[in-house]
Amino acid sequence: MIKRKHILGGLAALLVAGVALAAGADLGQAQKQDTNWTAIAMFGIFVGITLWITKWAATKTKTASDFYTAGGGITGFQNGLAIAGDYMSAASFLGISGLVFGSGFDGLIFSIGWLVGWPVITFLMAERLRNLGKFTFADVAGYRFDAGPIRSFAACGSLVVVAFYLIAQMVGAGQLIKLLFGLDYIVAVSMVGIIMMTYVLFGGMTATTWVQIIKACMLLTGATFMALAVMLQFGFSPEAMFVKAVEVHSKHDAIMGPGALINDPVSAVSVGLALMFGTAGLPHILMRFFTVPSAKEARKSVAWATTWIGYFYILTFIIGFGAITNLIPNPADYFVGGELAKGLKGGGNMAAVHLAKAVGGDMFMGFISAVAFATILAVVAGLTLSGASAVSHDLYASVWRHGNVDSATELRVSRITTVCLGIFAVLLGIVFEKQNVAFMVMLAFAVACSANFPVLFMSVLWKDCTTKGAVAGGTVGLISSVALTIMSPAVWEASLGNPKGSAMFPYASSAIFSMTAAFAVIWIVSLLDRSAQAAKERALFPAQLVRSETGVGSSSASGH
Amino acid sequence: MKDEDIVERIQKNPKFMKFVNLRNNYAIVLTILMMIAYYGYILLVAFNKQFLASKVAVGATMSIGIPMGIGVLVFTIIITAIYVRRANSEFDDMKDEIVKEASK
Repeated sequence: MIKRKHILGGLAALLVAGVALAAGADLGQAQKQDTNWTAIAMFGIFVGITLWITKWAATKTKTASDFYTAGGGITGFQNGLAIAGDYMSAASFLGISGLVFGSGFDGLIFSIGWLVGWPVITFLMAERLRNLGKFTFADVAGYRFDAGPIRSFAACGSLVVVAFYLIAQMVGAGQLIKLLFGLDYIVAVSMVGIIMMTYVLFGGMTATTWVQIIKACMLLTGATFMALAVMLQFGFSPEAMFVKAVEVHSKHDAIMGPGALINDPVSAVSVGLALMFGTAGLPHILMRFFTVPSAKEARKSVAWATTWIGYFYILTFIIGFGAITNLIPNPADYFVGGELAKGLKGGGNMAAVHLAKAVGGDMFMGFISAVAFATILAVVAGLTLSGASAVSHDLYASVWRHGNVDSATELRVSRITTVCLGIFAVLLGIVFEKQNVAFMVMLAFAVACSANFPVLFMSVLWKDCTTKGAVAGGTVGLISSVALTIMSPAVWEASLGNPKGSAMFPYASSAIFSMTAAFAVIWIVSLLDRSAQAAKERALFPAQLVRSETGVGSSSASGH
Repeated sequence: MKDEDIVERIQKNPKFMKFVNLRNNYAIVLTILMMIAYYGYILLVAFNKQFLASKVAVGATMSIGIPMGIGVLVFTIIITAIYVRRANSEFDDMKDEIVKEASK
């Protein structure tokens, strides 16, 4: 029993390592490295280019619609790259390649989990989101529901997800910069905060999208180069690569099969649900569907995003094996004290960075380091923008002022919120420096799939859903997912330091319970809701259906 | 013509529900296929690790699980593309026609 808990804790920790990059124990204890000038110069160039783009974007950011959605003028292909950029975080790149480096096959299981949510979003959500929404996903649920309660709830759901995610990213950024650039933690975190605020504040969604697109292209190019270099070493024969990897890796043939990653079916299914549907509840991803002009472009964006992300995961798998075959035979260059047993310099998540040096020299390693940091910057900018829109559009404009607010005022409030969120993110980054914040991303996914997703799904697809049902179910999902995640072994034991075996909730993810609870409560409360308001909301469903399925009257038709 | 009127007319057009059902059934079938592929793989990981670790051929190093896993990734990309292609052509044409009829 104890062993099983241990394995589950390990699974959760790995899950998190995959997501939260840095946040994991590896980077958590990051040692400051020598100042890496090549990487800093490369990163400087990236920041220079993106700030120049921000300056251009600022001239186009005049209304609230420009700020939140780039005026709806992004094409499907561009948006696909931007979504892929949001998703290919430093976590996927460093975390998954590190996982492959450490245990081979298991890394593949994670990549698959991260990808499979996309078709489901495409089939069930993308088009309806685009047709009903304007700036935030609360617009979708707010179409026929009582604005006050539903938007307050949606804003809370968004902000909770954004806050958890931001903390993980900020702490990760600080640790990563310490490693890659050799700068101080506080300098690093403040730098991320300031640059990110500049993008969002002046360039809004236009700048945020282009930063994300540039970063996605850099990451895809760099990763493609590394994977090709590795495959070239083996004459493009995967078999030859695996033979060599099995020969040099300390686990030998065990890296060719699944390890102790998933053992009990409940955790397996639960983690699967969280990954699959969590993606469909992340506000900074959902927000991207409003930047394209039509449902057609929204579908194209997900098709492109899925293609790039899937391609990228195949690359990270090759990169992980390339790291095994290139780094392990040269312990003197890449391992602490030149000893394999002491692990990679800088921790297991550095496998891809070391491989960059092995196949492309110092310049290329500088490039990859800069890309990894640019990745965090871009993701943080997207998160902040979605947090700002939840506050200014949902809470301020819709709930507080009942929609009686002009675009200029709303824009001003978004900018003030952006500054507040930026400062908040830097402060939290500093406060949580020494903490193991890995579980924050897990919390973000748990809340996204248990609170945001069920409300969104039911409000769009179920005719009898009412405000009371949606708010009650969403709240249950939010509270239960946070509570169960905190009581799970990965957080209760691994992060909060309680003794092994004391976690009250034995599984790796709360999703199977908290998501089910949210759906059940939405269903029961809506059915029991006999108020006049509920009748009004149900009567609006047929019209909502027409709009969500055809896009008649969607904001693209009038707004852009 | 105002959006409200168009919406009302579309509601009354029997073609509309037929179109919605056709597209939604297609989406649901594809969702189920995706679920089978993904959960099938995950449950193999949970219950039959030996199968995934067995070799693709006698004397080979590569295990069956690796091409299968890459296969699930590729399947995910392809199934998304298949849906988007049909939705952006056939389904959108049907939708455009319904909207056009209502806008006359």
